[in-house]
Amino acid sequence: MTMTLSLPKPQKTRLPRFGYRFPLVGVISFLIIVAWILVAIFAPFIAPHPVGDIVDFDFFGPMTAEFPLGTDYLGRDMLSRILLGARYTVGISLAAVCLACLCGITLGMTAAVIGGWFDTVLSRTLDALTSIPSKILALVIVAAVGSSIPILIVTLAIIYTPGCYRIARALAVNINTMDYVTVARARGEGLGYLIRSEILPGIIGPVLADFGLRFVFIVLLLSSMSFLGLGVQPPFADWGALVKENIGGLSFAAPAVIFPSIAIASLTISVNLLIDNLPQKIRDRSES
Amino acid sequence: MSNLVEVRNLRVNAKTDSGRTVEIIRNVSFDIAEGEIVALIGESGSGKTTIALTLMGYTRSGCRIVEGSVKLAGQEISALPERKRASKRGTEVSYVPQSAAASFNPAHRIMDQVIEVTKIHHLMPIEQAREKAVELFRGLALPDPDTIGDRYPHQVSGGQLQRLSAAMALIGDPKLVIFDEPTTALDVTTQVEVLRAFKSVMKKGAIAGVYVSHDLAVVAQIADRIIVLKNGEIQEVGLTTDIVQRPQHPYTRELLDAFEPAPRVPIAGGRNEPEAPLLVVKDIVAGYGKIGNARMPSLRVINKVSFELPRGKNLGIIGESGCGKSTLARVIAGILPAAQGQILFEGKPLDPDLRKRSRNELREIQIVFQSADTALNPAKSIADILARPLIFYHGIGGKQLEARVDHLLDMVRLPRALRYRRPGELSGGQKQRINLARALAADAKLILCDEITSALDTVVGAAIIELLKELQRELSLSYLFISHDLSTVRAICDEVAVMYAGEKIEQLNPDAMGGEASHPYSRLLFASVPKLDTGWLDSLEQDPALLQAYSRR
Repeated sequence: MTMTLSLPKPQKTRLPRFGYRFPLVGVISFLIIVAWILVAIFAPFIAPHPVGDIVDFDFFGPMTAEFPLGTDYLGRDMLSRILLGARYTVGISLAAVCLACLCGITLGMTAAVIGGWFDTVLSRTLDALTSIPSKILALVIVAAVGSSIPILIVTLAIIYTPGCYRIARALAVNINTMDYVTVARARGEGLGYLIRSEILPGIIGPVLADFGLRFVFIVLLLSSMSFLGLGVQPPFADWGALVKENIGGLSFAAPAVIFPSIAIASLTISVNLLIDNLPQKIRDRSES
Repeated sequence: MSNLVEVRNLRVNAKTDSGRTVEIIRNVSFDIAEGEIVALIGESGSGKTTIALTLMGYTRSGCRIVEGSVKLAGQEISALPERKRASKRGTEVSYVPQSAAASFNPAHRIMDQVIEVTKIHHLMPIEQAREKAVELFRGLALPDPDTIGDRYPHQVSGGQLQRLSAAMALIGDPKLVIFDEPTTALDVTTQVEVLRAFKSVMKKGAIAGVYVSHDLAVVAQIADRIIVLKNGEIQEVGLTTDIVQRPQHPYTRELLDAFEPAPRVPIAGGRNEPEAPLLVVKDIVAGYGKIGNARMPSLRVINKVSFELPRGKNLGIIGESGCGKSTLARVIAGILPAAQGQILFEGKPLDPDLRKRSRNELREIQIVFQSADTALNPAKSIADILARPLIFYHGIGGKQLEARVDHLLDMVRLPRALRYRRPGELSGGQKQRINLARALAADAKLILCDEITSALDTVVGAAIIELLKELQRELSLSYLFISHDLSTVRAICDEVAVMYAGEKIEQLNPDAMGGEASHPYSRLLFASVPKLDTGWLDSLEQDPALLQAYSRR
């Protein structure tokens, strides 16, 4: 080893330029999502009334100063119930989508890199899973094992893993034929490095978009399961269950049925808009 | 004298996505007379295609003509409304793109696509258009001119498709045809035919042409005048013979020098005693598809190829596209395991499959791919790309790693500040240097160079060749140099193997190329390389029987 003492050259070493452009729609959606996450975390502190207590003698009460979003079919405070429902809707959906994407993307990239019979067997198995209608599958699993939050998370994750796998595999197969992957392979790199360092950065954009979309699907499926009574069990309720409980108030134009629906819509639409309007990195190519 | 095209003080600007304006074309003026072929030559990014496209009144998205005039047959084309411009395209000016394969629709028959121009402009009835197309096919020396139009684009060869796209351009009787690097993607043997066909058709119809290329030798055959461009500015304009024989501008001289790289001087030294060759390849058979009986793949790409590569020497492998030369490199690297045969490295047999080779064996043979665009991960910084082999093979980290990356950048003559960039922010030549530096990071003994200069401009490519020679002197490397370009092979290799259809035809000294090459195919191949001489194409005589025998069409 020679002792080379390289003095820092007087030329200015330019740091990489990071410029991001934030679309306004993306910022607004992001703020709405953050707000819901904060609500989910701090719900017990900000809810004005206990969630299970009947506080009003009137059912399907109107919006008043005491009950800003009215009361439900038993006279419980709707605002408190929506705030606490955020915990279930956001929490379960987020856990499920993370689990589904983690499994799906890892398996998808692995299948693309390994190929051969591993790919075939895995793809066919997950295709078979896709062929079962998701709601029926969810109903069967939950009816068989009983409804609890971990069961719900796992069920939703299982249902949405094949779709994730399909997308990740399709993207990874394209990247896998690139010369830089061949170079890494010729270098003798292992599977873990290939999928983590060479393939993942190339597919992360579309995969994130898919993540957001899948989150929306999961929120909707969870809501419809709760609507059917197989989701979160009383006295607690997620937003879907809140709609179901108060569906009878529709004819009274009760706020109790409108606001959970608005909550679902605001979350899903925000997530959708956010992934369509992610910050764009500006890198000027031709600048020398 | 009336000029068909008059371009005056043309300026084209482009906007980058950060909103900065870049000047692409600066103050360019030139004329094209009726029936004259003018070549625009320069390296990539010199604006030659942009200028050619402005002649059709077209600029690529983001670009804009800011100043100047482009007159075609006396009419100011840049001022016309889009509808009028569209009516001129195909009838007065037409375009032959670089990649004919990408510009034909694979779902339609060739004939329908060729005569589409006449349909759009209502020039003539379909029957007449078909007859005219057949006439053009005949003029372009296409085989079976009467029936070739009934085929689909994938049923003809690349050279034929390129001629067919010329027929498409010519069917509307344009006054000016723009050729945008039409032969760059073709093999030398095919290029000769295509150039001949273009030349005769253009001369017969007295059609003016703009020929965009980076290859001086090709341009010398077809153009009357040459315009040399660099960074969007005209460097030199002159008659072809003047430019080729008496270049005035230093940049033109640089281009000419790059065309004939200095031949390799064998390293003088006392290492003349016979020693074990570095790499021995014995009777390699490889291919794709199922390995069937007798361990033969269903599609055989390489058939019983053998050669030896002595330490510190370079072997060139040449042949036209599809002859299996790149596959050979993949087989040696173990990416595509050989079905039969043996590879010995430093006397020790290597496993055909790279997954069964040891890390050290992998380290000693490195492969460098043709297209640096796809060989470098666009999501990683240059420092990360170069650091990975250092970490992987040598396990170094921290300060030492930083120093080694800097050292590698110095070795390939790149500024150290580039380490923060992404591959997309480098030029083609810089990317290829990084590609090379990554192979050097492994401390390889043998580097397999798969067409590493083919995607580069001549000047840049020549610089890469010089770098390879320098590195060889410093690090005593060996190269297996795969190329279809004979002049680069000649510049760097001690021995040259000629391949055809998966077989090694012969191995010879590069000085013997063009001379006493024994095999007829080698003679054909060497003779087809364009020379920097305006009369080369006309004086070239090829044995038609030989051409027929060695064209797999």
